[in-house]
Amino acid sequence: MSALGELRSTAKTGGHAATRKRESKAAYLFLLPWLLGFFGLAVLPMAASLYLAFTDYNLIRPPEWTGLENFTRMFEDARLMNSLRVTFTYVIVSVPLQLVFALVVAMILDRGMRGLPFYRSIFYLPSLLGSSVAIAILWRQMFGTSGLVNQLLAMIGIEGPGWISDPNTALGTIILLHIWTFGAPMLIFLAGLRQIPAMYYEAAEVDGANRVQRFFRITLPLLSPIIFFNLVLQLIGSFQSFTQAYIVSGGTGGPADSTMFYTMYLYQKGFAELDMGYASAMAWGLVVIIGAFTALNFIASKWWVFYDD
Amino acid sequence: MTIERTRPSGPDTSATVAVVTQGATRRRPRRSARSPLSSIVRHAVLIAGAVLMIYPVLWLLVSSLRPADAIFRDPGLLLTGIDFTNYIDGWNALEYPFGNYLLNSVLLVLGSIVGNLVSCALAAYAFARLEFRGKRWMFAAMLLTIMIPIHVIIVPQYIFFSQLGLVNTYVPLLLPKFLATDAFFVFLMVQFIRGIPRDLDEAARIDGAGHPRIFFQVILPLMVPALAATAIFTFIGSWNDFFSALIYLTDARVQTVPVALRSFIDTSGSSSFGSMFAMSIVSLIPVFLVFLFGQRYLVKGIATTGLK
Repeated sequence: MSALGELRSTAKTGGHAATRKRESKAAYLFLLPWLLGFFGLAVLPMAASLYLAFTDYNLIRPPEWTGLENFTRMFEDARLMNSLRVTFTYVIVSVPLQLVFALVVAMILDRGMRGLPFYRSIFYLPSLLGSSVAIAILWRQMFGTSGLVNQLLAMIGIEGPGWISDPNTALGTIILLHIWTFGAPMLIFLAGLRQIPAMYYEAAEVDGANRVQRFFRITLPLLSPIIFFNLVLQLIGSFQSFTQAYIVSGGTGGPADSTMFYTMYLYQKGFAELDMGYASAMAWGLVVIIGAFTALNFIASKWWVFYDD
Repeated sequence: MTIERTRPSGPDTSATVAVVTQGATRRRPRRSARSPLSSIVRHAVLIAGAVLMIYPVLWLLVSSLRPADAIFRDPGLLLTGIDFTNYIDGWNALEYPFGNYLLNSVLLVLGSIVGNLVSCALAAYAFARLEFRGKRWMFAAMLLTIMIPIHVIIVPQYIFFSQLGLVNTYVPLLLPKFLATDAFFVFLMVQFIRGIPRDLDEAARIDGAGHPRIFFQVILPLMVPALAATAIFTFIGSWNDFFSALIYLTDARVQTVPVALRSFIDTSGSSSFGSMFAMSIVSLIPVFLVFLFGQRYLVKGIATTGLK
């Protein structure tokens, strides 16, 4: 009877429900690995991390509920506040500079010029190498007291400082490393520039618009969604950078905590001191910061990002 | 989304990824009438820029082939003789020969590539082609995970894996890859599959093919460029991965190249820069080779998703 009923209802809807059900089932099978990963390796750990943020836990004794203590501790932790300052300086200086570089070089290259693939490759290569420990080691040498930079400066009679051992310049060397990897956003800009119809420029030229006007009235508005996309990605990534500062400072965040990124301090708390509760609270602090910046970005985008469709 | 907009409409099935090449031919004529002088100036500026960008890397290579003490004396690129001492010293400087770490890295990278290709392609097919309950929020949630910092996940994950006795194994590093946690690649593949004409699926369906067959025999062969991009990005990401390797691999026997390089800094002062430089070069060679041979896919993949 029930089988018959099912058959009848299937017949009524023209078999559509059945295929849809079958499709749903297939979909969940295809999604199975992702679903397991999403819940098992993202949602569940995040819930656990949220719980741990309110506890004192050192891997040995069971977690002990301490309420908001970790968070109040964070606000009183001078090293943490310093690490925030370092991280914000790094992000706010290096992200815009890197994007400006990327855009300028992309605009120079986007002229249908000879040798474009060659230049593109050369400028892109550092993006691939930049996240490696090897390049960070090179940076550590280059900006050392008798490193490459000072050797070159000596040739023109300048005695350079120990860039990495001076708290005033150490962070600058890591910012420079970030800017050095402008190739990836440059490639995105190049692709974006190609999408701008040539006739816009031709029409503007006929109307007597000069190069500056064409840039601000055509290129920039039409490229703004891509600039926005790059900005969001770079901000999210930069807040999490770790390797370069860790290697350049030899794992210390020094000198005088001047390269102690938030993520490095978190690593030290969680995995060197095994203060897992505090590290979890810090991690949620990072989520809030990145979330807030991304949200701000999206809100601000209403005023400067232009969608032509 | 931004990505949607940059996809040109054309007969090309690899539409999403073809942004760069297509555009290049379209725009070229506009700028043909330029004075040779400004062209020379532009080339000069670009060449100067390129030299500045690449100089440190070339110097790293040249210095690794000089006697170790020359690193702090010679900023030039001129190589008078080739000296492999740094390589021999560096290879044997750590607890195990450097080959041990290279092998570990290779195994980890290969596993990561297989994991990402399989799990992300499966998920991408479902998101791009199938209708199911919860699709909208799942897709949104998937995109959101791109934004979540690893730090909020890694503490509980570490506790979990250490309680299972899996620290100093590759499980904590490989399992996420087999469970499609690199949402970026899912997104890249979804975008790509959306560019493949649905008529092809329909034709296969009329011929009686189910979803597994459509996926394996129609979609998968057509998404080779997206798979290649994913494989290359995964290679570079896993090869360079330092943070998770630093946390999970504390035993020298299982350590990967980045963690091994870091122990050079631990073990001694500036005197070991020769060995460090040599092994740094060794560690960069695979990345460079991938760059050389996979550039086509890299450039296109980047243009599609904005990946690093």
